[in-house]
Amino acid sequence: MNSAPDVPTDNHSARAHLARVLLLAVLLAAAWLLWSGFFKPLILMLGALSCAIVLITAHRMHLFDTDIFALRFTARLFRFWLWLGREIVRSSLEVTRIVLNPKLPIKPTVVEFDAHCEHPVDRVILGNSITLTPGTLTLSLDDQHFTVHALTEEGARDIQDGEMDRLVSELRSR
Amino acid sequence: MMDQALIKIVLDTISWILLTAGAFFVLVGGIGALRMPNLYTRMHAASVTDTMGAVLVLCGVMVQAGLSLATIKLAAILLFLLITSPTSSYALAHAALLAGIKPAAGHAADEEHHA
Repeated sequence: MNSAPDVPTDNHSARAHLARVLLLAVLLAAAWLLWSGFFKPLILMLGALSCAIVLITAHRMHLFDTDIFALRFTARLFRFWLWLGREIVRSSLEVTRIVLNPKLPIKPTVVEFDAHCEHPVDRVILGNSITLTPGTLTLSLDDQHFTVHALTEEGARDIQDGEMDRLVSELRSR
Repeated sequence: MMDQALIKIVLDTISWILLTAGAFFVLVGGIGALRMPNLYTRMHAASVTDTMGAVLVLCGVMVQAGLSLATIKLAAILLFLLITSPTSSYALAHAALLAGIKPAAGHAADEEHHA
């Protein structure tokens, strides 16, 4: 989504850039070795090639210019995941009821709002969480301006209440 | 010996409940995708398959796999699915928006068509 390439980086930006490339390379190599479990030369070469393609693609997307390893695995994140899981179950059942209702009681609504979270990763988390919850769908994410499509007015109200936005913006604060 | 058999029956039952529930939500997603009037509302229905369907089916398979490397791989698949499926949904919805498909329009017209 909108990971702005002009987000200010730190002083040692070239060094931070290289550090991100190396960290991602190590993670990719470890993931390949753990998942495959084969150590034949051909398989290892294919793995190295795949990692290189991912790194080149990420570089071309300017991913390394922004702080991509920004997810902090705090208790807050796991609480947010639990809350999101409950929301997904609740709205899945709601959408199931609507789908199986012979009258199909939908009222598609478009909601626009400005999110409080500022970090690009947080905005992606918020946009994806909205889409992941059945009944709401992120249509457009432009800086902090979100356009969300909701299947019912109730879903639109939930988005306007902004509880998800609040929880996501709190992820980064200690 | 008795206990082992009992544990296997309990695990199988849990796994089958999860798989059946997952299959139910996949079916609901399919029915919804057919019944909904336009692109965006169809995507709402399909997201039930992406979330509840995928989570329940994969959890059911995880119970079958037990404590093994396969379960860790399944958990990773689940995690990646939960990250990539909304990302691709966003790509689809945003492309539709840019292509000029109006989100709210077409609803009434489609309803006439359905009635």
